[in-house]
Amino acid sequence: MRHSIRIAVGPVQFRIGSDWAAPIAALERLYAGYPQDDARPAEATVRLFAARPWRRWVRPSVHIGGDFVVPDALPLPLSMGLLAAEMGMNLQVALGWRRHMLLHASAVARDGRALIMSGESGSGKSTLAALLGEDEWRLMGDEFTLIDPVGGDAFAFPRAVSLKNEAIAAVAGRVDAARLGPLMAGTPKGDIRHLIPRADAIAAMHEPARPALLLFPRFGGGTAIEPMGEGEVFVRLTEASTNYVALGEAGFAALTRLVRETPAFGISYPDSATGIALVEQLWAETLK
Amino acid sequence: MPDPAYRAAPPGALRVEPLGELTAIFDRRSMQTHLVVSPMPEILAALGAGDCDAATLTARLAESFDLGGADDATPIVAERLGELAAMGLVARA
Amino acid sequence: MSAVLTFVDLLAGRRDAAALAPREWDGVIGVARSEAMLATLAHRLEGVDLPPSVAALFADQRAAAAVAQRQALWEAEMARRALAPVGIEFVLLKGAAYAAAGMACAAGRQIGDLDILVLASDIRRAENALLNAGWEWVKSDPYDDFYYREHMHELPPLIHKLRDRMIDVHHTILPRTHRITPDALALVSDAVASADGFAVLNPADMACHCAAHMLADGDLQGGLRNLWDFNLMTGDFAAADQGFWDRLDARARLHGLQESVRRAARLSRDLYGAVLPAGWDGHDPADRWFRQRLLARDDWGRVTQPLLEQAFYIRSHWLRMPAAMLARHLWTKWRKR
Repeated sequence: MRHSIRIAVGPVQFRIGSDWAAPIAALERLYAGYPQDDARPAEATVRLFAARPWRRWVRPSVHIGGDFVVPDALPLPLSMGLLAAEMGMNLQVALGWRRHMLLHASAVARDGRALIMSGESGSGKSTLAALLGEDEWRLMGDEFTLIDPVGGDAFAFPRAVSLKNEAIAAVAGRVDAARLGPLMAGTPKGDIRHLIPRADAIAAMHEPARPALLLFPRFGGGTAIEPMGEGEVFVRLTEASTNYVALGEAGFAALTRLVRETPAFGISYPDSATGIALVEQLWAETLK
Repeated sequence: MPDPAYRAAPPGALRVEPLGELTAIFDRRSMQTHLVVSPMPEILAALGAGDCDAATLTARLAESFDLGGADDATPIVAERLGELAAMGLVARA
Repeated sequence: MSAVLTFVDLLAGRRDAAALAPREWDGVIGVARSEAMLATLAHRLEGVDLPPSVAALFADQRAAAAVAQRQALWEAEMARRALAPVGIEFVLLKGAAYAAAGMACAAGRQIGDLDILVLASDIRRAENALLNAGWEWVKSDPYDDFYYREHMHELPPLIHKLRDRMIDVHHTILPRTHRITPDALALVSDAVASADGFAVLNPADMACHCAAHMLADGDLQGGLRNLWDFNLMTGDFAAADQGFWDRLDARARLHGLQESVRRAARLSRDLYGAVLPAGWDGHDPADRWFRQRLLARDDWGRVTQPLLEQAFYIRSHWLRMPAAMLARHLWTKWRKR
């Protein structure tokens, strides 16, 4: 393709091709601090393309392709090329990756132990992870957490964090502007702005962390903590995994172990500060 | 029609892991996970003693468990067996 | 060299995988994924000296393919549990059959829907038995349903409501409207038992069906994979039975599939290096278009030559339907856009 870039996030080496220069330039800026290994072949391919040659110039709209595609996925305007690239990368991992059990969850780590947060979009899992990642925690990822089926460790997938709507202001005030991508207003997912993880989090992206606490956050409503039983956690995590079924018994064994060995709670919180406080409190109690 | 007889999965086919109030059953033949609650695990274990119909199985279960009014337990066991067959965990003998 | 040619060379054993540059692997992996053959390649190159990340990716693919095949074969078992009590016997087709029979082409092969063949006289009862056992119609519009029932060689697809997997119940191997009408009765009555206890087509019929599916029925989508199946199965069948090629010839004549079978054999020679017996080893100028269509992928895994692709799409419908019906079909499809 005319323009392309290679990006390694955690264990996944991507190549991303584009009919336009702009999305690749934007990716180059976001991923400049990530390790480059030119000797390594790409495991996943993302293509950002125009459906017809003239649509590169006339009302340019970006179709998302690659090894795996979603039929009937609507294209995005060129100004949202970065979002298209992010969606394309997520899709390849969600549908193509088999080495780890993939959880649709954010994660942060401290002292080699991982806090994993799973929830629907809007639960605040990304925002909490981003904020914790600016504190004493290592950001592992805001979208996917990878569980090694053999050893049970959590592995990071620290792509640029996708901040949405209110989370943009909550985080932007705390970080150097150089770590923020362009604001994409009015996307199908609301306003979006990317946050480049801290350099130490990127440098540590291959380091495993032992799962120590599982949280199922819910943003809004009163402050509450509910311990969650093994059965419910198992069901929720099978729903949060995009490749549980494809892994067969290895997935079953990994999930059973994760559920048995990791304390789990549902938390609800009215604002980010309360959410952070709940996380710190549960972390301290669990690891006592 | 008389109640059909059922057959349990062959030994080693199922991996059964209790998870609190639920039991997770992994079927190595289908690579499927089934989440069940009592009395499904008990029915599967009792059927493992040999192929039989619902009435015989109810009698077997009554030896180990208090089934309450045992006279109306057979239709319930028959219904559960039908559900286990739909999941593929047991088969018509 | 283009990635798709490198990919074909690796399968054929003409190229040393250890000598590939990293950027060549990018294209090979992309093409293999686009052809749904990454796990096939992973099996073909098992034990070969590979870059560590490629070796790891291939190990993942082999493990995942093994799980997927178990899941696919379980559908066959559930179909058996649904159909056996009402006395309907069926023959497994395509990927599930290759896996059940433990064939070389099954290694890493992706298996989509379950395809089974039943006698035409059993098809209504098969439909009822499957509906009673938890399968249901994939929601479709009345024209599609009518089209399937009137003209195709299968029931409209059914999907299992719990397992979310599709089954295609065929009563022959080409659409009724196709110019060629294979002998479906012979296919079923001459089927053989696989190691797993399922019925599968006998070797010659299996190769006939593989060629028919690739060349007479489809628009050559997934053609590299179907051709790889054909290449490996005919090679193994011929190694086990000296008279295989003659038997294949006779069977192809019976089903009216001689042209397709001959072409599949030549293409498997041209692309994968199959060794053909005298009498099969000929040339046909038209093969060139088929080779081009099979190899029409760029290094990013995209289909190139869209006009050629379109031509094969129209050709596949042309083969399936008389002209007037084709016009009606395309018109109805077009109006729904």
